[in-house]
Amino acid sequence: MTSLSTEHQGSGHDDHHDDHHEHAIPKGIKRWLYTTNHKDIGTLYLWFAFIMFLTGGAMAMVIRAELFQPGLQIVEPGFFNQMTTVHGLIMVFGAVMPAFTGLANWLVPMMIGAPDMALPRMNNWSFWILPFAFSILLASLFMEGGGPAFGWTFYAPLSTTYSNDNTALFVFSVHMMGASSIMGAINVIVTIFNMRAPGMTWMKMPLFVWTWLITAFLLIAVMPVLAGAVTMVLTDKFFGTSFFDAAGGGDPVMFQHIFWFFGHPEVYIMILPAFGIISAIVPTFSRKPLFGYASMVYATTSIALLSFIVWAHHMFTTGMPVFAEMFFMLATMLISVPTGVKIFNWVATMWRGSLSFEVPMLFALAFIVLFTIGGLSGLMLAITPLDFQYHDTYFVVAHFHYVLVTGAIFSIMAAVYYWLPKWTGKMFDITLAKWHFWCSLISVNVLFFPMHFVGLAGMPRRIPDYALQFADFNKWISLGGFAFGLSQLIFLALLIKACRKQGDPVSSQVWEGAEGLEWEIPSPAPYHTFETPPVVK
Amino acid sequence: MLQKDYEKYYVPAQSRWPFVGACALFLMAVGAGNLVMEHSKGGIGNSKYLLAVGSAILIVMLVGWFRNQIQESMTGMHCAQLGRSYRQGMAWFIFSEVMFFVAFFGALFYARVISVPWLGGASNNQMTNEVLWPSFQAIWPLLETPDGTKTEQMGWFGLPLINTIILLVSSVTCHMAHVALEANKRGTLKAWLGLTVLLGCTFLFLQVEEYIHAYTEMGLTLQSGVYGNTFFMLTGFHGFHVTIGTLILFIMLLRIMKGHFSPENHFAFQAGSWYWHFVDVVWVMLFFFVYIL
Amino acid sequence: MKRILSNIGMALTSLMTIPAIAETAGKVDQYSLNMTKGVTDISAEVYDLHMLMFIICVVIAIGVFGVMFWSILFHRKSRGVKPAHFHESFKVEIAWTVIPFIILIFMAVPAAKTLIAMEDASEPDLTIIVTGSQWKWHYKYMDDGVEYYSKLATLPDEIKGKLEKGENYLLEVDRPLVIPINKKVRFLITSDDVIHSWWVPDFAVKQDANPGFINDAWAIVNEPGVYRGKCTELCGKDHGFMPVVVIAKEEGAYNEWLSEQKAMLAAAKAEEQRLLAMNMTMEEAMATGEKVYLANCAACHMPNGQGLPGVFPALKGSKIATKDEPRHIEILLNGVAGSAMQSYAKQLSMPDIAAVITYERNAWGNNTGDLVQAKDINAAMNGK
Ligand code: HEA
Ligand code: HEA
Ligand code: HEC
Ligand code: CUA
Ligand SMILES: [Cu+2]
Repeated sequence: MTSLSTEHQGSGHDDHHDDHHEHAIPKGIKRWLYTTNHKDIGTLYLWFAFIMFLTGGAMAMVIRAELFQPGLQIVEPGFFNQMTTVHGLIMVFGAVMPAFTGLANWLVPMMIGAPDMALPRMNNWSFWILPFAFSILLASLFMEGGGPAFGWTFYAPLSTTYSNDNTALFVFSVHMMGASSIMGAINVIVTIFNMRAPGMTWMKMPLFVWTWLITAFLLIAVMPVLAGAVTMVLTDKFFGTSFFDAAGGGDPVMFQHIFWFFGHPEVYIMILPAFGIISAIVPTFSRKPLFGYASMVYATTSIALLSFIVWAHHMFTTGMPVFAEMFFMLATMLISVPTGVKIFNWVATMWRGSLSFEVPMLFALAFIVLFTIGGLSGLMLAITPLDFQYHDTYFVVAHFHYVLVTGAIFSIMAAVYYWLPKWTGKMFDITLAKWHFWCSLISVNVLFFPMHFVGLAGMPRRIPDYALQFADFNKWISLGGFAFGLSQLIFLALLIKACRKQGDPVSSQVWEGAEGLEWEIPSPAPYHTFETPPVVK
Repeated sequence: MLQKDYEKYYVPAQSRWPFVGACALFLMAVGAGNLVMEHSKGGIGNSKYLLAVGSAILIVMLVGWFRNQIQESMTGMHCAQLGRSYRQGMAWFIFSEVMFFVAFFGALFYARVISVPWLGGASNNQMTNEVLWPSFQAIWPLLETPDGTKTEQMGWFGLPLINTIILLVSSVTCHMAHVALEANKRGTLKAWLGLTVLLGCTFLFLQVEEYIHAYTEMGLTLQSGVYGNTFFMLTGFHGFHVTIGTLILFIMLLRIMKGHFSPENHFAFQAGSWYWHFVDVVWVMLFFFVYIL
Repeated sequence: MKRILSNIGMALTSLMTIPAIAETAGKVDQYSLNMTKGVTDISAEVYDLHMLMFIICVVIAIGVFGVMFWSILFHRKSRGVKPAHFHESFKVEIAWTVIPFIILIFMAVPAAKTLIAMEDASEPDLTIIVTGSQWKWHYKYMDDGVEYYSKLATLPDEIKGKLEKGENYLLEVDRPLVIPINKKVRFLITSDDVIHSWWVPDFAVKQDANPGFINDAWAIVNEPGVYRGKCTELCGKDHGFMPVVVIAKEEGAYNEWLSEQKAMLAAAKAEEQRLLAMNMTMEEAMATGEKVYLANCAACHMPNGQGLPGVFPALKGSKIATKDEPRHIEILLNGVAGSAMQSYAKQLSMPDIAAVITYERNAWGNNTGDLVQAKDINAAMNGK
């Protein structure tokens, strides 16, 4: 629709628009800096997320190297804490969330038959804030005093009175990430509400669109609360307020309530789009429609609503009154029901289908199994009396890496393999992809499964050194970690090949059995799709 | 496939403003971060310039971006669907602002209902009071903190009440301006809108008075315990929003002077007026929960 | 034996970890793969609950994965299967909403019972105030006036790998907490600075130590023994080096220990008074000072006095440690409000404080020549 020759950009101060007939794609760096195209922005988000994944992963490698054997070998305890903290922050805010936003950018308009996102300029703004925000965060690691060292949950007063001054930079970089997420989420919601092609009724929307709609709602509801939390940390540390200080009538635990009111919905922000992805892939390779579409929508909604009333399951040991512990235990357990519905629906979709096991399906199947393991350990954590033993041990670390790495990250990888041919027009290197899958699958379990045992046996999290009885397991965990890290380099190689447009051309449908609007347009998807909306029957 | 009544959705060409905006936020964040750090070391250094430059770029960016947008709108590039996108976008933005205030109201309720009573020995915290804060009395507003900082209560009568009335009235005048715009009565529109802006300024002026009074005569400061914290953070962020709202409405007034907006097409004005109503509702909540209760 | 078997069973559920198991199978009795049963009724209850939940989860997992793998094996395209077309069934949906719900109720009931039992700290026989601070625990017997600090006893050289690591590496302290068995001991848990968390797995007690608030927990220990735990809330740099050791003794032995402590406390008081009147020589002061410094201060200010820039100030060449002696004393007595620098007035005796100040003012090239005596500290303490 919009066309703009490179000369035009250089000369004009005013943005030029015409009748949307030419299809020239802007060239050079400005294409990326000034773009308003949802596909470009999607690509930017995805590459950014991947780079952050490697960065956060490199920090995880530092963690695993230090924990390879007992004793302090490689890093100082203070630096170890910075690694843990920044690893968590980067993976959550820099890798998983932007990757999902990138997928939403690429896919939501194509899936609902829209020409682009509803607010394309704001879309670009949301993206470009991120590299700046993370460069501030990363730069603080190199400053005197170092980066944040109080965990990604930045509990007060460790993050206030007892942190170093660089905390101010941490606070403002989180503000920026929040602003970016909120704008991204507004864009998704408005696009879905307002830009659906004629006939694309609510209950015809692909589940990826549904899950993202609900995710976006969660984002708008909780990111501002996170902004409030960091703001209070800032004023407590630098301007003499005492929100989190008993001496002034506040309470350090208040911080945790505010943080987890954001934090728990946040973990569902990192998994709901994954559910949407799996709901797209499983039917395709089962050659059978998704079982229980409507119940999937209701289940997603219930998970989102419940996510607002379970936050204190992260705080069972803070000394809440019994009735509160009871309430949060029961509410948390309830979430298993709608989540179970999803798992069962996927299994029922496969039941008596005609299954084939292309790479996206492999990742999707691994997701279902491993996410369920993570979910079940979550359920165990939800039982308050048991959480007294599990809390802040590696059992928790095992839980959340199963839902995040083999959940969120695996779903993102599945999505990339599923839609990459649509984006580039070429089939990716299937041999490499299979290597990537099997290496990842095996190593990720060597990495995270033993964490359950060391956790139960009593190894606390966030420690740079541990007692001797955990030594053997930690060695295996670290080896698994290195192997998993190296496996991701295969993925990197594959992506570089794909972006260079190497590989066999694919048809517009790409996968036998794939259904949906995005499979009706050519591969690669043209720079501008649906200038005139398709009619959905 | 083509529907007869289909209007083309306007997808803007490339624009430099978003990227410029990101740079501006970067400079502001680095500037503000360093400013705070310098402040805590007891002196303010050069980072204030960084913050200023960042803010200036942000303003340039906003002006440039909106100018493009206004041109597009005036030259009829926009369609009804785009108008809906803008409206919905604004509505969700306001929702996010509401949630920001929810965080601080949450802190207020937590302090009132939980932390202060617990410090006074309520619930399962008898020992907290007996061992750690034996002389502490849990009373809200918290005029004497557990560590003995004393302050005074800000009453609701007087300035706060006047301010409430001012904001409520300004909400009405803002609405009247909207009605006048839709009836295409430009003169009345200018009068009502001008009055709204004036009321906004008065509100801000009075709030500054109130702050001065609190600091100089009552010893109620940002540092005086959780009562002062919640008081200043809530009213302060609200005041900040009133400032933004007043500015928006003022710019709308300027645009109306220049002849912008029509009875059918006035998204920017409407967004500004929604924002104003939102700020007003937040104040009513504040007045009730911070001042009266 | 049964426990070991169940542990191995658990381990086998993970095919991926077989190499790890193989290597460690020989040493299984050294440690456990599973949660401890502990030594209190509550901890045993928690363990049983844990196993119940674990088994329910395994059964659910086997069910779900079983069906899934059945499909994967038998409903594959390569076997020429034609896909069915069903994609909805209200009845099935209801069933798999209701059945999990019922399972949850089965899980919630025993959980709620255990929870209520755990949270009832009323009518204790003995109350101990447990206070965390960076990075040590302080124990105070409420009714007996006995109190002391308990901190990591593992040598820095073991951590750095210069010495072989002992059996209880990172799980040993200089002065463990001692409690009687078969008595309801209530722990009142709080903190002087950041949030810590006091965890003894064998008691199934894990309570956060929140500054400014007191949480409670309790235990009735059934068997005498040494029970080891850790701080489990990230509390800064040395969070990993803040173990908890509790020794449970028969009542008689406990009472004996308690009177010993009282006697020791009194003796230490007397010794302090005696030393107050005496003057240390520079050599004595430096020797004692170095010991005190390495034990108490080096964690933050580093053994070489250079601190961690931006986090903990250097003492080497610092203004306070080279010039302002009264402020130096004051900082040790009162700490620095709103910072990690705590007050040492209660933690160290006056002679020790004097010695450590002397040490700081003369070590690492801070050659002030100042010699601070215990009576100077006494004067500063009682002068204010
Ligand atoms: C994607 C992210 C994600 C997801 C989806 C989840 C999902 C769940 N989580 Fe998790 N969680 C985290 C990310 C996530 N979590 C993170 C990051 C932390 C640590 C934060 C920190 O401290 O740093 C954490 C910590 C955490 C805790 C706190 C532990 C502690 O610190 O002590 C708890 C406690 O209740 C918990 C519970 C749950 C539960 C009940 C679910 C449920 O949603 C799971 C539901 C799924 C299933 C149950 C499996 C499938 C269901 C069936 C097959 C149906 C049949 C089942 C039954 C009838 C039982 N999580
Ligand atoms: C989506 C989120 C996400 C993801 C993907 C990961 C991925 C990984 N995480 Fe992490 N993790 C968290 C979220 C995540 N984590 C959070 C929230 C915490 C809590 C933080 C806190 O306590 O505050 C945490 C904490 C955490 C800990 C606990 C630290 C502690 O408590 O002290 C550990 C320890 O093993 C760990 C390990 C790993 C490993 C090995 C990976 C691997 O999957 C990473 C694999 C990727 C790579 C390795 C990158 C690719 C390869 C290269 C760049 C080349 C170099 C490779 C080699 C040299 C081998 N993570
Ligand atoms: C838990 C960390 C920690 C421990 C342990 C600690 N300190 Fe400190 N110390 C600090 C911090 C942080 C400061 C800076 C306080 C400030 O000014 O904000 C400080 C400041 C000081 C200063 C003032 C330095 C200056 O020039 O400003 C002296 C002197 C000092 N400590 C001595 C000691 C002695 C002696 C000990 C042991 C008996 C000790 N400290 C133990 C954290 C610690
Ligand atoms: Cu104390 Cu962790
Ligand atoms: Cu949660």
